[in-house]
Amino acid sequence: MLLIRCPYCEEERPELEFRNAGEAHVVRSTNIAGESDDDFEKFFFIRSNPKGVIYERWRHIHGCARFFNAVRDTVTDKFVMTYKAGEPKPAKLPGASK
Amino acid sequence: MNAAFRIPGAGRLSQAKTASFSFDGRSYIGIEGDTLASALLANGVHLVGRSFKYHRPRGFLSAGAEEPNALVQIVRDDARKTPNVRATVQELYDGLTANSQNRWPSLAFDVSAVNDLASPMFSAGFYYKTFMWPKSAWKSLYEPQIRSAAGLGVSPDRPDPDHYAARYAHCEVLVLGGGAAGIAAALAAAETGVRVIFADEQAEFGGSLRFESGAKIDGENGYAWAQAAIAKLKAMDNVRVLSRTTAFGYYAQNFVGLVERVSDHLKAPGRELARERLWQVRASRVVLATGAIERHMVFANNDRPGIMLASAARTYLNHYGVAVGRNVGVYTANDSAYAAAIDLKKAGVNIAAIVDLRDNPTGPMIDEARGLGIEINFGRAVIRAGGKLRVSSMTVQPKNGGGERTIPVDTILMSAGWTPSVHLFSQSRGKVAFNEETRRFVPGTYAQDCVSVGACNGTDGLDAAIDEAYAAGVKAAKEAGGKDSSVKTGKGAKPKVDASESWSRGMLGAAPGAGPGTTVKAFIDFQNDVTAKDIRQAVHEGMHSIEHVKRFTTNGMATDQGKTSNMHGLAIAAETLGKPIPQVGLTTFRPPYTPVTFGSIVGHARGALFDPTRRTATHGWAAAQGAVFEDVGQWKRAWYFSKAGEDMHAAVNRECVTVRKTAGLFDASTLGKIEVVGPDAAKFMELLYTNPWEKLEPGRCRYGIMLREDGFIYDDGVVGRLAPDRFHVTTTTGGAPRVMHHMEDYLQTEFPHLNVWLTSITEQWAVIAVQGPKSREIIAPLVEGIDMSDEALPHMSVREGKICGVPTRLFRMSFTGERGFEVNVPADYGEAVWEALWAEGQKHGATAYGTETMHVLRAEKGYIIVGQDTDGTVTPNDAGLDWAVGKKKTDFVGIRGMARSDLVAKGRKQLVGLKTKDPKVVLEEGAQIVDDPKQAIPMKMIGHVTSSYWSENCGLSIALALVAGGRDRMGQTLYVPMPNGTIEVEVTGTVFVDEKGGRLNG
Ligand SMILES: [Zn+2]
Repeated sequence: MLLIRCPYCEEERPELEFRNAGEAHVVRSTNIAGESDDDFEKFFFIRSNPKGVIYERWRHIHGCARFFNAVRDTVTDKFVMTYKAGEPKPAKLPGASK
Repeated sequence: MNAAFRIPGAGRLSQAKTASFSFDGRSYIGIEGDTLASALLANGVHLVGRSFKYHRPRGFLSAGAEEPNALVQIVRDDARKTPNVRATVQELYDGLTANSQNRWPSLAFDVSAVNDLASPMFSAGFYYKTFMWPKSAWKSLYEPQIRSAAGLGVSPDRPDPDHYAARYAHCEVLVLGGGAAGIAAALAAAETGVRVIFADEQAEFGGSLRFESGAKIDGENGYAWAQAAIAKLKAMDNVRVLSRTTAFGYYAQNFVGLVERVSDHLKAPGRELARERLWQVRASRVVLATGAIERHMVFANNDRPGIMLASAARTYLNHYGVAVGRNVGVYTANDSAYAAAIDLKKAGVNIAAIVDLRDNPTGPMIDEARGLGIEINFGRAVIRAGGKLRVSSMTVQPKNGGGERTIPVDTILMSAGWTPSVHLFSQSRGKVAFNEETRRFVPGTYAQDCVSVGACNGTDGLDAAIDEAYAAGVKAAKEAGGKDSSVKTGKGAKPKVDASESWSRGMLGAAPGAGPGTTVKAFIDFQNDVTAKDIRQAVHEGMHSIEHVKRFTTNGMATDQGKTSNMHGLAIAAETLGKPIPQVGLTTFRPPYTPVTFGSIVGHARGALFDPTRRTATHGWAAAQGAVFEDVGQWKRAWYFSKAGEDMHAAVNRECVTVRKTAGLFDASTLGKIEVVGPDAAKFMELLYTNPWEKLEPGRCRYGIMLREDGFIYDDGVVGRLAPDRFHVTTTTGGAPRVMHHMEDYLQTEFPHLNVWLTSITEQWAVIAVQGPKSREIIAPLVEGIDMSDEALPHMSVREGKICGVPTRLFRMSFTGERGFEVNVPADYGEAVWEALWAEGQKHGATAYGTETMHVLRAEKGYIIVGQDTDGTVTPNDAGLDWAVGKKKTDFVGIRGMARSDLVAKGRKQLVGLKTKDPKVVLEEGAQIVDDPKQAIPMKMIGHVTSSYWSENCGLSIALALVAGGRDRMGQTLYVPMPNGTIEVEVTGTVFVDEKGGRLNG
């Protein structure tokens, strides 16, 4: 069972308290009704599914109930870091060489 | 009285404490502290099982958890019949009853042993090749036959009467494996003051010190030192010592699963004891001291009962005081088997000969064996074993060929060397590395905060192992202690090794006589009956990856997970491929290390504790009134109220008619309820629902539809606006949690600028629906502060006031098509208010009704149930609910998805009503609909029935259905083909009762 750090509770808690909520930084258009088919397809259907670092949303559903973002390695399952919803993609990951 | 093979004075058990037991119906005497294996061997019993595929007779290979052969069924009573128990692990208790498995009619004469003679048919990949055709025969013919012939014991057929405990635990240092290295690491870590958990799978700690008679530590015999160290550790407050506890799984971030066998070794465990306890431990650091497992020699008929690992024979002698035979042959490729020969010889057992594959090895053990007068043959191989139910001879030949010599023996001890137990290390996702010099895989790259010490790390020699383990224990504890000032430096003394035994090396793969080109049965994997020849054949047939070889031959895939077989199989595959071993690679180890019971995983979560049961405030009242309940998610809902003599059909018909004639009371408390509050509440509702909300006046209600972003219906419910900044939202019973999740998601991440607060109030309000022409008369006498007239409280409105003196949110709304109300009261008052309303209702002849009647009444009005009449691919338009979508709105969740070309295309399935041509025939929900019943099969299905009931009010059967282009088919005849004939139906509108809706105010 993974330990996940909730950036709101500022604690590592067991995976059982959390629920994954899909890829992060997929922004819903403020003019969604006017979006082209292609743009809506990208927004709604297309996900990156990388082997390696993924940016995804989690919810501390059995804790503070907040949604937040996490950086995780899909190969090792390890969480690189977590940060609050609405914060930008981190420019540099901890431990990254570049 | 001692059993025939128990040696007086040998071993550590008190031979006076006897225990009787039975095996296959025969009674034997063992002693306390025995395993079932040592007790049977003390009685001269070697034949204990038949093999999986060939039904070959099998005995004991080992004295521990790696045992592939000696699987038995332990029977305590009718409900407790545990199959596949390793006799080498099962501790003896007085009265133990065990039976052999996988044989019929008896162990000595097994009919299926004919498989052994027919073995060319049963070689590698046999199942894949033979049973592929015809496909249909697999389920009916092949599988049942194979299952009955190749069973591994019999599953118990009654509920498990035992109970299982579970614990979570945290510690700084978790030490796994209680041999010399583990003990040294635990001592070192414990002395720093950090929390230590120390587990070993055996009943007593000591590991290989159980058989290593030559080990001496701190001036004591090795085993005695181990017991003293354990006593010391047990006395420390910061240490938890767990015996009979197997670490079966090593998961992410040092999370380790262990099973403690609490009472399987007891004669009559009381109810107060769990059978097993699951430990889920999170450790800062893990020290792996899991030891090594001896390998067998791969030669013809190496599976005959009486042929076992040399270390096992030593364990039986030095720990249990049992001689495994009277005339023992030894076949080895390393020194460790010499120690077994020496110990047995000194105990008075004849050693017929040692056959050593090596050319001219030297060393103290060889000298000692020679000094004892044991015949030693270097550079020779045992090319086959004689005997069937018990080994009777070994045939020896120079390893490069030459004259054969057959030596009579009743036992053969073998040792091909030792394989480090890297299972848990590998499970932790560490990468093993191949050591070319010692030809073994040892821990290489670590993926977690753990360290391997001693034999599992490839560290040879007791001295080196204890040095390494002690240092690792101190280091792990210091690292885990971090800056905590309570962590002291290691102040205890490192154990000092005074004497030890040492060996290393050995061989991998087939021994001479079982090499390429031979067809003898030289077993690699005893449990799955895989021979050296099978591995070679798999490679020849194109399996070039070790993972493919494994699956094709099933090598290492039995319940022992290849603990003795993996390295031999790998070496033969590598040899056949002409590649070095590391290029072929080891297969991945996965949990569990040894089999784990379902009971220990399930723990207390069974029966009533499997899932919470949610009951409404009126549950007790309904039960007393004869309600039959149905499960809706975790809820128990009253399904119908059966009066004396009524079946379900009669009860539902009466309830349906009574509601439309007078009135009915229905508990609607399970509906999800969410309060949406804040200055931006209306804006938020505009975005989450298709409907317009800004202009809805406080005190009014509206039926709302929630979509997903894809444009399909996700949920629905009536929403009341209590105040400009306050909405009381209802959801479907099953949808409450996900609707809340969906709302929170948008509020927190897409619309965080909105000042809104969401609160689940499902459990706070009990909801009593009062529906029917007399509903107002029933409620009015109990209500204070609310004008109940149609002008003041029209259909689809809500008021706050009091009922029976308690606060209420009174909704005028209807899910029946009749004048109706939903009385919300604080849940604690739910039952009292219900009883008061019931008393009023009785004056008017009202009925209580359940969910079945609710379903019929709403279907008569064409009201949908999300999840029944919709399935996640239905748009508001498909469901005939276009009127509920705000046409002027520029944004809501689903607005863009709903406009996708496929979702606005012609010919989509639309919700319609169906009437059967024979009004008495009630359609089956889920039945498929076609427009031409004479077309060829497979017919084109144009839709399906979503809801179908007998309507007593209409006097006919009614149904709702999703039908392609349904609204253009009004009046058409369609067909529902069923197994006993095709049913004709007419397409109609969805409203079957009071199409104009006058009864809402009636
Ligand atoms: Zn949190």
